[in-house]
Amino acid sequence: MSSGEKYVAAAYGVVFVTVLVYVAIIAAKLARLERETAELAELARRRNDG
Amino acid sequence: MSTSSPNNPPSKSRVPALAAAAAGLVGLAIVFAFFVAPEDADQGISQRIFYFHVPIALTAYACFGWGAWKALQHLRGKGERYDLESYVAVHMGTIFGSLTLLTGSIWAKASWGHWWLWEEDQLVLFLVLFLFYSAYFMLRFSIDEGPRRANISAVYALFGVVLVPVSFLAIRLAENVIHPTVFTREGPQMTGSMFLTFCIAWLAITTLAYALYRVELLGKRLDANLRELREALTA
Repeated sequence: MSSGEKYVAAAYGVVFVTVLVYVAIIAAKLARLERETAELAELARRRNDG
Repeated sequence: MSTSSPNNPPSKSRVPALAAAAAGLVGLAIVFAFFVAPEDADQGISQRIFYFHVPIALTAYACFGWGAWKALQHLRGKGERYDLESYVAVHMGTIFGSLTLLTGSIWAKASWGHWWLWEEDQLVLFLVLFLFYSAYFMLRFSIDEGPRRANISAVYALFGVVLVPVSFLAIRLAENVIHPTVFTREGPQMTGSMFLTFCIAWLAITTLAYALYRVELLGKRLDANLRELREALTA
């Protein structure tokens, strides 16, 4: 691999990794929102029962 | 919870379609950049960084502009939701701004032999713009949530947008520059297939930014709605 090719791979790799990290952050956030929704549903159920 | 809450997400989300379009367009742009556009006679393979670097920079400018537009709508009293939209747009602009600096720095090293040149007005002005918007977050999170924070953030986002045309035009106004000027008054200084590749890449990056903007906005609104629901249930 020539040095030019390495720089091109690095530039495209930086963009790819950034998008990947962003998707991972969003996935973590979604998991937290799902957990919180489940907690709230449980809370609402208990309120209805009680 | 009221259905007219500013935090309510739209009833029909376009996010999956947007994300699919962004993925498809980015894939197409990569195919065009490596297999359709000819190799530049002067810079060789490193010129292929241009197809992502320039659209990313233009998208960063667009995000800051969009953030300022939303800030203006907030200041004109059009609604609480515009503060969140302005914040998310500035957030996207900062992400794409950091990518502009990173890809630009790699391209500079490949073409000029330097990671960074302080005498280059275009580079320094973009860095100033990036740092200005990075400070937006410090300002925003140093103030308690509420109308005061929304108003101050909106004014700051509006001030920053002045730097966008200055940064964009710097390359045309500066006399001694080595940063290339591809788009002149005579049109784009590249072949037809190179220009087509650039247009596809620009569309791809803009769609990707818009998809990320919608996802982020959806997450923030869901978060706010859940908080509101928790408060209602625990009251």
